[in-house]
Amino acid sequence: MKAILALEDGRSFTGRAFGAEGETSGEVVFNTSMSGYQEILTDPSYAGQIVIMTSPHIGNYGTNPEDEESGRPYVEGFVAREFSGIASNWRSRESLDSYLKRHNIIALSEVDTRALVRHIRTRGALRGVISTIELDPDRLVERARHIRSMLGSDLASSVTCGSSYDWIKAAKGPDGKTFRVVAYDFGIKRNILNNLAGAGCKVTVVPAFTSAEDILAATPDGVFLSNGPGDPEPLEYAVKAVRSLLGRIPVFGICLGHQIMGLALGGKTFKLKFGHRGGNQPVKNLLTGRVEITAQNHGFAVDPDSLNQSDVELTHMNLNDQTLEGMRHRSLPAFSVQYHPEASPGPHDSHYLFTQFQQLMLECRK
Amino acid sequence: MPRRTDLRKILIIGSGPIIIGQACEFDYSGTQACKALRSEGFEVVLVNSNPATIMTDPDLAERTYIEPLTSESIAAIIDRERPDALLPTVGGQTGLNVSVELARSGVLDHYGVEMIGAKLHAVEVAEDRQLFKDAMTEIGLRSARSLVVKSLVDAKNFVGAIGLPAIIRPSFTLGGSGGGIAFNTEEFEAIVSRGLDVSPVHEVLVEESLLGWKEFELEVMRDFADNVVIICSIENFDPMGVHTGDSITVAPAQTLTDKEYQLMRDAAIRIIRKVGVETGGSNIQFAVHPEDGSLVVIEMNPRVSRSSALASKATGFPIAKIAAKLAVGYTLDEIPNDITLKTPASFEPTIDYVVAKIPRWNFEKFREADSTLGTQMKSVGEVMAIGRTFKEAVLKGLRSLERGKTLTSERVDPDNLMHNLLTPRPERLAYIHFALMSGHSVEELHRLTKIDPWFLNQLQEVVTLEKQVQQHSLDSLPADLLRECKRSGISDRALSELLKPSEAAPVTVAAVMNRRHNAGIRPVFKRVDTCAAEFESYTPYLYSTYEGECEADPSSKKKIVVLGSGPNRIGQGIEFDYCCCHASFALKEAGYETIMVNCNPETVSTDYDTSDRLYFEPLTFEDVMEIMEVEKPDGVIVQFGGQTPLNLALRLQAAGVPVIGTSPQSIDLAEDRKLFGQLLTELGIPQPQNGTARSKAEAREVAAQIGYPVLVRPSYVLGGRAMSIVYDQESLDHYMVTAVEASPERPVLIDRFLEDAFEYDVDAICDGDDLIIAGVMEHIEEAGIHSGDSTCVLPPIMIDLDLLERMKEYTHTLGKALHVVGLMNIQFAIQSGTVYVLEVNPRASRTVPYVSKATGVPLAKMAARVMAGEKLRDLGLVEELRVRHCFVKSPVFPFNKFPGVDSILGPEMRSTGEVMGVADSFGSAFAKAQISAGMRLPRGGTAFLSVNESDKMGLLPIARDFADLGFHIIATAGTRRFLLAQGLQAEHVFKVGEGRPHVVDHIKSGKIDIIINTPLGRQSRYDEKAIRRAAIQHGVACVTTLSGGAAVVNAIRTLRREKLTVRSLQEYHGALHESAARTP
Ligand SMILES: Nc1ncnc2c1ncn2[C@@H]1O[C@H](COP(=O)(O)OP(=O)(O)O)[C@@H](O)[C@H]1O
Ligand SMILES: Nc1ncnc2c1ncn2[C@@H]1O[C@H](COP(=O)(O)OP(=O)(O)O)[C@@H](O)[C@H]1O
Ligand SMILES: [Mg+2]
Ligand SMILES: [Mg+2]
Repeated sequence: MKAILALEDGRSFTGRAFGAEGETSGEVVFNTSMSGYQEILTDPSYAGQIVIMTSPHIGNYGTNPEDEESGRPYVEGFVAREFSGIASNWRSRESLDSYLKRHNIIALSEVDTRALVRHIRTRGALRGVISTIELDPDRLVERARHIRSMLGSDLASSVTCGSSYDWIKAAKGPDGKTFRVVAYDFGIKRNILNNLAGAGCKVTVVPAFTSAEDILAATPDGVFLSNGPGDPEPLEYAVKAVRSLLGRIPVFGICLGHQIMGLALGGKTFKLKFGHRGGNQPVKNLLTGRVEITAQNHGFAVDPDSLNQSDVELTHMNLNDQTLEGMRHRSLPAFSVQYHPEASPGPHDSHYLFTQFQQLMLECRK
Repeated sequence: MPRRTDLRKILIIGSGPIIIGQACEFDYSGTQACKALRSEGFEVVLVNSNPATIMTDPDLAERTYIEPLTSESIAAIIDRERPDALLPTVGGQTGLNVSVELARSGVLDHYGVEMIGAKLHAVEVAEDRQLFKDAMTEIGLRSARSLVVKSLVDAKNFVGAIGLPAIIRPSFTLGGSGGGIAFNTEEFEAIVSRGLDVSPVHEVLVEESLLGWKEFELEVMRDFADNVVIICSIENFDPMGVHTGDSITVAPAQTLTDKEYQLMRDAAIRIIRKVGVETGGSNIQFAVHPEDGSLVVIEMNPRVSRSSALASKATGFPIAKIAAKLAVGYTLDEIPNDITLKTPASFEPTIDYVVAKIPRWNFEKFREADSTLGTQMKSVGEVMAIGRTFKEAVLKGLRSLERGKTLTSERVDPDNLMHNLLTPRPERLAYIHFALMSGHSVEELHRLTKIDPWFLNQLQEVVTLEKQVQQHSLDSLPADLLRECKRSGISDRALSELLKPSEAAPVTVAAVMNRRHNAGIRPVFKRVDTCAAEFESYTPYLYSTYEGECEADPSSKKKIVVLGSGPNRIGQGIEFDYCCCHASFALKEAGYETIMVNCNPETVSTDYDTSDRLYFEPLTFEDVMEIMEVEKPDGVIVQFGGQTPLNLALRLQAAGVPVIGTSPQSIDLAEDRKLFGQLLTELGIPQPQNGTARSKAEAREVAAQIGYPVLVRPSYVLGGRAMSIVYDQESLDHYMVTAVEASPERPVLIDRFLEDAFEYDVDAICDGDDLIIAGVMEHIEEAGIHSGDSTCVLPPIMIDLDLLERMKEYTHTLGKALHVVGLMNIQFAIQSGTVYVLEVNPRASRTVPYVSKATGVPLAKMAARVMAGEKLRDLGLVEELRVRHCFVKSPVFPFNKFPGVDSILGPEMRSTGEVMGVADSFGSAFAKAQISAGMRLPRGGTAFLSVNESDKMGLLPIARDFADLGFHIIATAGTRRFLLAQGLQAEHVFKVGEGRPHVVDHIKSGKIDIIINTPLGRQSRYDEKAIRRAAIQHGVACVTTLSGGAAVVNAIRTLRREKLTVRSLQEYHGALHESAARTP
């Protein structure tokens, strides 16, 4: 069946429908990972976005329960050059097609995804609509122009958990020590929770609006700020909470959590032209000089010049575009990274950061 | 860390002659290393015995040595050059092995030479299968259980533990031959016994079988700061059990979840750290169990490899170049990415297309060889194809192979379908296609082949399309279906074969192409950019696909396209890639934009910085025409890529493509033996009497009237294919019925076979007016042994001057007559004072690089300029080229890879590569060439002589020389009787049939050091073959011609008299220019 992707700037791509039928809209972005489509589909940070995979063959190894990063797919739409008709992998339980249908995710294939990516690379992320019912490009372009923009939209509140819960995975640290950690859920990925558990953390996940007081009342060893979708700026409630937590308890942030920490430290965030999404981003650890190959998924970034660098030390830099990838407070127990040390999908080079969080909590205990 | 400042001079070791398992990829890596190090201001000393390489061009290094790759000769080079460091990792297994020898023997320490890239210890751990497995266990990784055994009993005990099937690999056999896979006890005992027998140390490795597991490779890079990146993942279409070199491989991996892939990535990083490869690239192979995903490490190559060349071409990340820079201290983040310019090399390429590599075999030249694919590589070349989908890539790859067939037209034997699916052989893909066409299911094929269902399903999708096409005639074919077919990579040719012929007339390819163009269905060109378009690409490295947007962005500069030579195959290899690269270099110098088209991932020509623009495309008419449409070049060169572009020349010209240089008509005329015969007659140039026959009866007539022996060959094949010398009517009839199906449109060519004739190669260059003789090469072996298979010497050492003059005169006449603009090669045979022309090739020939290295004049470059319109005098070429030393070229054969194949030489070419020996005297030059070719020339010992009746007289002087040199001579009864009669001592030895210990026993037990054995011609006997096979297995020098024998004794005498010395090309050429200056 025919389907169309129309962009706000008037360009449209006609291809073949895959997965569910209907119409969907969102900010159109691309991801350059060559594996891990199921993790990407289910990463809540993609809420509000239509994701193009640059890798031409998607669906080859089907889908399975273990590779989900959350309870369901969060992407608004999915685009690839070719979706596999069959699933071939010993762990596969369901083909991608029926998986997408079951979760009502509309996908588009047989389009020149490379042309699409080059277009977004030059124009920046654009709003777009995929439809299998309305096949008149002009009307769809019109609709694309009326989607609310990513800039200024609080999506975290729409994906965060309704009430707090304890993460099932038992805390098992390499040295047997355990810690009680409260994790803010702005759209948290399961593998972050697993990695925390792996670093000896008993994790309690709390909603995005939870106040600093409620958290301190529970006297945890540390607070974690999760990844999540959308623009950090409108999340004043979270920024406020973090601001009052800083210095009173060890804090570790990833992705959106890093941006929130940036704002809490008095910095500014800005929207990247088309963002970083993929598993091959080179990040230099400015403390060790080592290069980490990182998994990334962000459209916003913290502006290093907006930070008071006598308080805040820049710890990680992206070698492709020199944007800020990590920072830590010089005196307070707080650090954060813009990229995803939990990977999933992506390389494991930065796993050490979870141990670092454990160390930080250990020191603060003494 | 920036560049090291404590190093000044670096020695690079090449990989020697092209052999199975080591081809152009090491010219590519070596050339990149030379360029990279010199651009960093290092002095480079290069040594390689292979003259056909770009890396041995004198302008790529300060000092270029074309010398044997033995520790002696390299030690001599080190002694002269005193390099600070040695880069051992870009010269393949050969370069690595000899480097290890130099390190172990203390040479490196003695001269204070540092091994950079990989240290001795790391190499040892990676190369020694046991040490490696232990290391893997230490880091908690699994590898196949195995045991080295010295007896059948031990083998049986161990196999009891691991069970059958089992892999058996004899230790230290040439090319790892003599191993195999045993499926039952019987086979097991047979293979182990054979293995123990052929292994010089009577040792075999018995290994747990991982047959049918999925096979993967990762290309890993590491720098001094311990940053590690994965450049590319490669998945094998053929599962474990088929050597990666013989497998269709695909990049990136297609059937791994991210979880599985990251486990493999983590393992690779742990492995390179554990083994301790400090900097540079390594190739690591893994097996993954299809049912539970368990991971097993197969092996690691601590150096750049065939796969890293493939990975470089597949991703646009130049592994060898970067490896060289890492070796001298840079870290990955300090090196920019050539393609994006703005981003660093410390990243992992991501690709938005699919790459398929497909091997090419040459079994038709080794009929007795077993074509079953196993753990030992047998292919001689490969192609790579890029498409946006696997279907497109693999189908483009298949047509790049130039097998003259499409999957549809491949001949298969339906009765043996199951067998051919179960047993991997070159034809397996054709059988899979046939099986799918005839309705077998993907599941069924997966059960039989163990190939991943995903791949099979992709082929199924192609077949589904093909079946739809079969329902249509060209007119009824819907445009949408046509577009879909093209998007899936189906060629116009394949379509023409699938479509229903309309009113009985078969559908022509041209018709399909027309229809396609009228429907506006044309490919676009996309860029290989390492980053899936995330960043802008500044390098026009392009591939075609059927999509929306074209990124070719052609310039309006004056431009010339060079058509490459496609996959390596016997008869067409690196020499032609060398010529294509030179054409490109020369035209760039002359101010043209240069555009390369080729599909061989091993080559220098497909390096994105060899030409201004690179199209990685099949060299078929369809694909080339689409490039022409986009580029609209001012000229196209078809003369340098061997047969591949020549086969397109006439059609391209007819299509209005500006082919430059010698006209395709002239080239064609020279190939057409009938027309060419007439021309020779008109010019009064003798040729062997000949005729053509369309039937057995005709053949008899022609032969009778020409007189036996005759040389017969089909008219429609080249490269000496199916050529054979026929001594009588009986064998002629046999040939006519079995070897070829002669028919009116496919006649058989019959030439008088010139017996005991001397053969010569003449290379010349002509600008249409002037012709310059570049070199006259004298073959050591007599005519009848393919020019590509015979050792030859430049300049000639035995010819009469007037005959030499006559050859030159004929060359001038023919150059004019054929209006040659560019290169020309002529083969002459001289028999009793008459000079015959055997054939003329008005194009680049196999000998061009050899002559260029000898004369110091880059012929291919000159030729390219001439083809672009310049004149020889303006290029400073006014007189015949001269050489002041002795340059000997020797072929290298793959017989050790094909046990059971007879090594007797003939008119059909079978060598895969060549080496060159240079010295002041023929003796030394020949000795060097033989050593480089892997022949173990004994200084003394026992010589076994056995020749046929007619050779006995000729044997006498040779036997005398052996005797004078103090060799102990042993001979079979007949030869011995003759020698005694001539007053020569010779001990008697049994033939294989006669009793034991017989001659083969002696060879195996190392009692024989050299063998002179000429074939008994027609009634070739079993034990002759047995002798030659044993000789090959045990690396005993075995000469099968008298002329060769004479040269060998001469060489042995030299070796005993003087120590071989080494000298660089720059010095040889310097001497040449001085002498040129002196002569007024
Ligand atoms: N234990 C095994 N079981 C089955 N196949 C194997 C096994 N080990 C190796 N192979 C096959 O043999 C090929 C060559 O083995 P490898 O160890 O890579 O030797 P080489 O040094 O010649 O590459 C591999 O590509 C693989 O397909
Ligand atoms: N009439 C002949 N007499 C003796 N040897 C011949 C004759 N014709 C060809 N040969 C031998 O066969 C070899 C291959 O023949 P050639 O015509 O060069 O075919 P190709 O096109 O394969 O080079 C030659 O190199 C030569 O040694
Ligand atoms: Mg291997
Ligand atoms: Mg020839």
